[in-house]
Amino acid sequence: MSVTTVERGPAAEPAAAASEPSYLTGENTVASWLLTRDHKRIALLFFASITFFFFIGGFAATLMRLNLATPEGLLQPAVYNRMFTMHGIIMVWFFLIPSIPTTFGNFFVPLMIGARDLAFPRVNLASWYVFNLSGLVVLFALVMGGADAGWTFYTPLSTSYANGYVFAAALAVFINGFSSIMTSLNFIVTIHRLRAPGMTWMRLPLFIWGIYAVSGVMLTATPVLAMDTFLLAVERFLGVGLFDPNHGGDPLLWQHMFWFYSHPAVYIMILPAMGVASEIIPCYARRPIFGYSGMTMALMAIAILSFFVWAHHMFVAGISIYSGVAFSLMTFFVAVPSAIKVFNWTVSLHKGSIIFDAPMLYALSFVLLFTLGGVTGLMLATLGIDVDVHGTYFVVAHFHYVMVGATVSAFFGALHYWWPKMTGRLYPEIWARFAAILTFVGFNLTFFPQFILGYLGMPRRSYTYSPEWQSWNLLSSAGASILAIAYILPLLYLGWSLLRGRKASANPWRATGLEWATRSPPPAHNFERTPVVALEPYCYDPERDTYVTQEGVPHAG
Amino acid sequence: MYHWIPFWPDTAAVNAIVVNNLYIAELGVSGLIMVTVVAMMLTFCIRYRKGSAASRADRVQKTWHFEIGWTIATLGAFLVLFVWGAAIYIWLYQAPRGDEEVYVVAKRWMWKIEHPGGQSEIDALHVPVNKTIRVVMASEDVIHSFFVPAFRIKRDVVPGTLETIWFKADKIGVFKLECAQFCGLQHATMQGEVDVLSGPDYARWLTEQGVHESLAEQGEAVFRAHGCSGCHGNNSTVHAPPLAGLYGTYVHMQDGSVRLADEAYIRDCILNPRSFTVAGYPPLMPDFAGQLGEDDLLKLVAYIKSLGKQESAQ
Amino acid sequence: MPASAPPLRPEIQFASLEQQGETAQLGMWAFLVNETLFFGALIFTYYIYRLSYPHEFAAAAKDAVLWCGSVNLVILLTSSLTMVLAINAGAQDQRQAMIGWLIATAALGGVFLLIKGYEYYLDFQDKVVPVVNFAAKPGEGSAGQLFWVFYWVATGLHAIHLTVGIGLVLYMLLRRIRHGEITPAYYAPLEVVGIYWSFVDAVWLFLYPCIYLVGRS
Ligand code: HEA
Ligand code: HEA
Ligand code: HEC
Ligand code: CUA
Ligand SMILES: [Cu+2]
Repeated sequence: MSVTTVERGPAAEPAAAASEPSYLTGENTVASWLLTRDHKRIALLFFASITFFFFIGGFAATLMRLNLATPEGLLQPAVYNRMFTMHGIIMVWFFLIPSIPTTFGNFFVPLMIGARDLAFPRVNLASWYVFNLSGLVVLFALVMGGADAGWTFYTPLSTSYANGYVFAAALAVFINGFSSIMTSLNFIVTIHRLRAPGMTWMRLPLFIWGIYAVSGVMLTATPVLAMDTFLLAVERFLGVGLFDPNHGGDPLLWQHMFWFYSHPAVYIMILPAMGVASEIIPCYARRPIFGYSGMTMALMAIAILSFFVWAHHMFVAGISIYSGVAFSLMTFFVAVPSAIKVFNWTVSLHKGSIIFDAPMLYALSFVLLFTLGGVTGLMLATLGIDVDVHGTYFVVAHFHYVMVGATVSAFFGALHYWWPKMTGRLYPEIWARFAAILTFVGFNLTFFPQFILGYLGMPRRSYTYSPEWQSWNLLSSAGASILAIAYILPLLYLGWSLLRGRKASANPWRATGLEWATRSPPPAHNFERTPVVALEPYCYDPERDTYVTQEGVPHAG
Repeated sequence: MYHWIPFWPDTAAVNAIVVNNLYIAELGVSGLIMVTVVAMMLTFCIRYRKGSAASRADRVQKTWHFEIGWTIATLGAFLVLFVWGAAIYIWLYQAPRGDEEVYVVAKRWMWKIEHPGGQSEIDALHVPVNKTIRVVMASEDVIHSFFVPAFRIKRDVVPGTLETIWFKADKIGVFKLECAQFCGLQHATMQGEVDVLSGPDYARWLTEQGVHESLAEQGEAVFRAHGCSGCHGNNSTVHAPPLAGLYGTYVHMQDGSVRLADEAYIRDCILNPRSFTVAGYPPLMPDFAGQLGEDDLLKLVAYIKSLGKQESAQ
Repeated sequence: MPASAPPLRPEIQFASLEQQGETAQLGMWAFLVNETLFFGALIFTYYIYRLSYPHEFAAAAKDAVLWCGSVNLVILLTSSLTMVLAINAGAQDQRQAMIGWLIATAALGGVFLLIKGYEYYLDFQDKVVPVVNFAAKPGEGSAGQLFWVFYWVATGLHAIHLTVGIGLVLYMLLRRIRHGEITPAYYAPLEVVGIYWSFVDAVWLFLYPCIYLVGRS
């Protein structure tokens, strides 16, 4: 694709635009929101949907941790099984995968590249409707009693044995995929075609690079899942035995196709979070990110390599020894670019002038927890160890470190960082710092004991366990209740700030990106004049405490 | 040996010792990484907090040296861990013939164990200490996973084929046997125990079971009942391959490929004879899919394997 | 062109019609990447099973109605040609020719669906509809059914895509062209439909040997 940017004419009527109301205060009927084509309003619609699902998924987690506080448990086995299945499905497809892209991506991709909207606003709105449709289907499955095959839907359990609403759950995942596809397609095209004059590829903020990489992965991985769940639904509904050995089918084929999507999907969950961290860290360290081009290459390398490691979820599943070895090697390779990123973030603190505001606290926990989750991922990638810990709580702990510890932290970091821009209000800093620290503490208390439980041999997806493991489980449940408070807190004080918070200026954090060059909250068409980009991102100077925006405007401290 | 480490699980097999070493090495590397990252971060955060007096002049300029440096360093560390882990994997997953054999049928939600002598037990597995045990596993319904934490071994039991795994216990005692793949309602209770006995105790246990027919003998009965002997028997007129001595050899197929006649192959021959044909024979063998349970299949396999033993003994 | 046609203006996020057109095309290409993987996953599944059950698949595929598939292949290839001619005519301001070629394209698509429908009818007669009406033929074993599941899923999804394609062509004819929105200066929508149409055609090119040519070499 061409590297040159598309020339854009001056905005239509500058005089009229200057007095344009903000996107929030313009027309404000219900219809104006539900039929909006403004990417910022759609972002808020998505924000509402995924927050809802986060709490549904969190509610299931709460029940699970309650159950696991004692070896005998509280819930019926059938209820517990349905809880973790729905927890996994909802958290993965209805919260974490859409989380950062559909909210902050939607809101900030056009703003950060200096465009007036995404390329296909109607597709964007349609994506939200499709998402909610799939949400309704999954809620239907949940209300009817839930599915009970695990979020991985392993065959033939899911097709011939499970009694829950597996068909509805698979259908929901299938429909959900279309929303992912529409959103990612929109981002790719927008980033290619709608950059402001002067916004070359190597001047894109790293958040945009993260969204771009993730969109590529989504666009190519999701259709495979769509076909896969479609075949699963066909088999479950008609009983034709595509994955059932009794009819000549191969149960491992399901696993291959599922992980061909779901491994890239775990990077779908982390890449945008990496983008967020790369925005926040330079801003609060007041210095340029270390190794910008290395960071972009690492993002793309992760995106590409992520397609060649899927069978590391199947080391003990009866694949041939040779493919086990090959996939292990590939898994180590994909970790190398992650290592580059971790080191670059860390070095980005060197000789900065660091401010420990809430977004920065979240970003730092992101880096730490991602590293711990990542190195335990490498233990899983080491074949000899995976044979032991596969299917135990070790795996559960690993993926909660990367998904919850890393990505959810980044999500909250992004929420605080961009809150003034999105709402025009400042959040209460003290409360926010408290919540960030509480998250970090609660999180580690919840999930670190699970590493130990895993190595001791506690199998996952079990409603009961042997009594000698109770103290670790109790610790984990206690941590989960702290975590719950830490996640509910922002809801309260951010809600408060909507009404009472101080008004935010256009650029409260003294940041360099284009999104800060327009008012807070932005006008309906984003910019009063088309920005012209002159510089790479992150021109902060810790020595003199000054910075230069991407438009080339210098600012004193 | 590892008792001084807190929270360390039982280590009761040679397999487990090997995995332990790797695990400790990897914990070391990971710990080192974590310590490095945390130390760097803390130092920078304290030294360069806003308002501190430290100089910010002469920041490292754009250079590839650092990135190349730590790429190579991590890649090197990774390759070592990879090779080590892969070597163990290959060793763990290539089951030797073994001193003893047991057959396992997994079904929701129990482990049924059959010893070659004909003794069978449920949710318990008695084995002698310091002997290599080869485990042949079949599933009647969904995917289960045979997991003994104290031995650090695990393998999924996928329906539609036979899987094998091995271990050599080096400690007498009772250890947990678990199912590590979610298999439905009572997955959590699909557990049993492995009783590792001393050689004499084991021999005593075997005789106490009061069994008269070995597994191979039971298999022979199935072999006759289902008419296999009609074709594969000594005085059959059908041109069918003799089965004595088959186990463990390499078989040539009509299409030119060569397959190792292990347990999974024999099972495949019985259930799916149309998908391949032995070179030099007509594709006459009927399809027995749906007519034999996993139990009977394992007995047939044991019988055909025993034919091999008799042969070589002669 | 009807005199009353309003001058076309780009949407708010674009600087020019040209940019809007390019963007639409890129969007369609990205969508087709996605579609390729969608059908790719299906064909991959098919090949896995075909490798495991070569004889059964060959036996089952003998019952596929070869002439229907082949005629349909020719029809679709022709329709891609007429589609290209329509775009060409649109680019050169030959309104009548453009409309004619588009009608031909939609008609060919319709004929494809009719023949496909007839083939489905024959399939019912032949009892190769898994679950609903299925009787395994000798030599098929239980794997023959896998072939037919693939057949129905693949041809069904393809037919849905083709129906959408016909709908798009009709939309072009009845709305965009009637309102004079397709001009030599801006015919990107027509091109986008054309790209989609060729893709649907190409899918059939891949499905055809999988379904009709197995074991017939
Ligand atoms: C956001 C999601 C996310 C991310 C980013 C990752 C990242 C990684 N994951 Fe994880 N993983 C999951 C989500 C994720 N995973 C989920 C959901 C499952 C389970 C699904 C289920 O079964 O339900 C899973 C399961 C899983 C398994 C299968 C376990 C099993 O079931 O047996 C494996 C095995 O290889 C694995 C490996 C890795 C590796 C190597 C990385 C790497 O990308 C990590 C790279 C990062 C680092 C390595 C840290 C930084 C590096 C350094 C600081 C360099 C120095 C380090 C050393 C020298 C050691 N993961
Ligand atoms: C992707 C994101 C994601 C997120 C964010 C989480 C978040 C959490 N998860 Fe989850 N988890 C998964 C993905 C995720 N998980 C997946 C994929 C699985 C595998 C499923 C499977 O095996 O199939 C899994 C499995 C899993 C297990 C293992 C179950 C088992 O194997 O038996 C456990 C056990 O502790 C657990 C715990 C938690 C906890 C305590 C949180 C906490 O972080 C949650 C914190 C949030 C809250 C606590 C919400 C706070 C709000 C309320 C409590 C309000 C309640 C509401 C009202 C009543 C008004 N998770
Ligand atoms: C009608 C005759 C017939 C019957 C009954 C029959 N087989 Fe066979 N079997 C054959 C023929 C012919 C072959 C070789 C051609 C082929 O592979 O299909 C064969 C091949 C085999 C092989 C592979 C041998 C090799 O050299 O690799 C095994 C194992 C086997 N049969 C076991 C059995 C068992 C167990 C039964 C009973 C449950 C059985 N057969 C019943 C005819 C028969
Ligand atoms: Cu058997 Cu879990
Ligand atoms: Cu993975």
